[in-house]
Amino acid sequence: MTLLREFRRDIAIAVVAFLVLLAIGFGVESPWPRDFLTSIFAFGLLAMSLNLLIGYTGLVSFGHAAFFAFGGYVFGLLLQWEGFTSALGGGAVPLAFVAAVVGTALYSLVIGAICVRLTEIYFAFLTLAFQMFLYSVILSWVGLTGGDQGLMGGIPRPPFLGIDLGDPYHRYTACALVFVVCVLIMRIVTESPFGYTLRMVRDNAQRAAFLGVNVTRVKLICFVVAGSIAGVGGVILALFTSGAYPEWAFWAQSGEAIFMIMLGGLNVFVGPLVGAVALRVLNDVVQMYTSHTEIVIGLVILFVVLGLRRGLLDFARDWWVDRQQARLAAANREGEER
Amino acid sequence: MFEIDALMTCLSTPACLVNQTTSGLIIGMLLFLVASGVTLIFGVLHVINFAHGSFYMLGAYFAFTVYQLTGSYFLAAAAGAVGAAIAGIVFERLIISRVYGQNVLMQLLVCYAFILIVDDAVKILWGAEYLAMGIPAEFRLPPYRIAGGFVPPFYLFLVAMAVIIGLGSLYVVTKTRFGKIVRAAAHNASMVSALGIRVPVYFALLFALGCALAGVAGALAAPVRSLTPGMGLGILVESFIVTVIGGMGSIPGAFLAAILLGLTRSIGSVGFPLFVDGAMFMMMALVLIFRPTGLLGQGTLR
Repeated sequence: MTLLREFRRDIAIAVVAFLVLLAIGFGVESPWPRDFLTSIFAFGLLAMSLNLLIGYTGLVSFGHAAFFAFGGYVFGLLLQWEGFTSALGGGAVPLAFVAAVVGTALYSLVIGAICVRLTEIYFAFLTLAFQMFLYSVILSWVGLTGGDQGLMGGIPRPPFLGIDLGDPYHRYTACALVFVVCVLIMRIVTESPFGYTLRMVRDNAQRAAFLGVNVTRVKLICFVVAGSIAGVGGVILALFTSGAYPEWAFWAQSGEAIFMIMLGGLNVFVGPLVGAVALRVLNDVVQMYTSHTEIVIGLVILFVVLGLRRGLLDFARDWWVDRQQARLAAANREGEER
Repeated sequence: MFEIDALMTCLSTPACLVNQTTSGLIIGMLLFLVASGVTLIFGVLHVINFAHGSFYMLGAYFAFTVYQLTGSYFLAAAAGAVGAAIAGIVFERLIISRVYGQNVLMQLLVCYAFILIVDDAVKILWGAEYLAMGIPAEFRLPPYRIAGGFVPPFYLFLVAMAVIIGLGSLYVVTKTRFGKIVRAAAHNASMVSALGIRVPVYFALLFALGCALAGVAGALAAPVRSLTPGMGLGILVESFIVTVIGGMGSIPGAFLAAILLGLTRSIGSVGFPLFVDGAMFMMMALVLIFRPTGLLGQGTLR
């Protein structure tokens, strides 16, 4: 209950955001905004959960998409397994969802337990190495995962509680709800005392340890939370595409997620989400003119990283802070003159 | 999943043992060259060059083209090394030197951008299809027979070259004036530049040396592997595993770990073909848990 009271503003914003998403989804006839937004839900959760690690805890992971793919594959595989769907009937979809999230949490616990003790650079490339391991397992275990073709033949979605995820409107609503709830969870995590402990670990891990914080445990909890939410993103994408593909576990997917964070802004809560939208739009626009999107995206990354050195929302925030300070300074001067 | 019988038969027949050992050695030597470049650059400049695989790829493609134009493999190998070194200097000066000393995120992003650009550029220049160079004319000789196994002469050349180049770079870094200046600059760059030495030039040259090692590896790999855009990433991940197992910053450690990994790969492909990658990662995880500085590493990573 205290949680409800403390975060009533964030909860209100989440409810409004959900209603706006519904209005867009149901108000527009064409499927385009629904499809666009559903993919943003998936990639937005990937980028925002990665920012829990990078922006809030200072753990630069280069293998975060592994959890994204893991969630998607577990969800898809369970629902494609006839024994599972026929035994559970209507409960199959929610149970597969829970299993995918719990499975991803356990998977990230194992990887995290090995990785979080290491320094920055080792951490970055070990997470990359484990991601490439998952990628090679997906590619070589053709009997289970379909190899480089991915999970083919569609994912069955038996209706439950009157919700049929085969229907585009039902699916969109469910994905929007899951997305909003996950964002709210992340908001609560980052604004809670635990979230401030994460920032302390990022800024000065040694000092945090002196103050009695178990740094390794805090990092590991954050790693597991971030991994699980990335898994939810994978589930949304699996639902949306009715399949799961090895590219989700490819290193480039992690690189893209890191760039979304950088593009949108590291230091603002919704920055990664803005970055996800911006990168998506950029990709679509570039694709209209050339098939060599990678060169263009690469050059844009270099421009943002070496030229601007911060993301879009970081810019907006710095501008806002500067303006406020200028106004304060002006007010002070006036006061002195009087 | 495990074919113990096949593994046992292979281990008890000399011919199979020789074949698997030589193929393990060439995998290991290519890994060693790439990994020693990564380790060298990290040891001095404290950046992880996530784009190192791109220089391996560029080396292979340069060698491929020069071999087609001139028909001489030795020229091709030299072109691979020099081409990768020049690309390395460009990359260092224009891009990565701007993020020295910054957090890993920036380094990661610029390397990611560079990989995207180079992979796409290779696709434009050489096409997206697999290219095969084949064993060069100089080495089209009958294979040596050792204990019933066949060893192609090119394999021996590859291993010998890798060992010579590895020892050479170790010598350059530990014994020459260049190596001493670079190591001193790594320790205290402003002191070294106060002595009138242009530190950025030395850093760029060291970076070029690391990239040349990757380029040579690419050129040596071109006759025995197929060339494809994106071929750099696989060897990059494996060379990271090598540096973790061997110990960051240690060239002898990289050598030991590369041979270990190469043999695991080649012998594993007989005994546990589906679990080869898994075995490599298990080895890495074990090293990290029980000896986090690596087998021969001195540095700290916690």
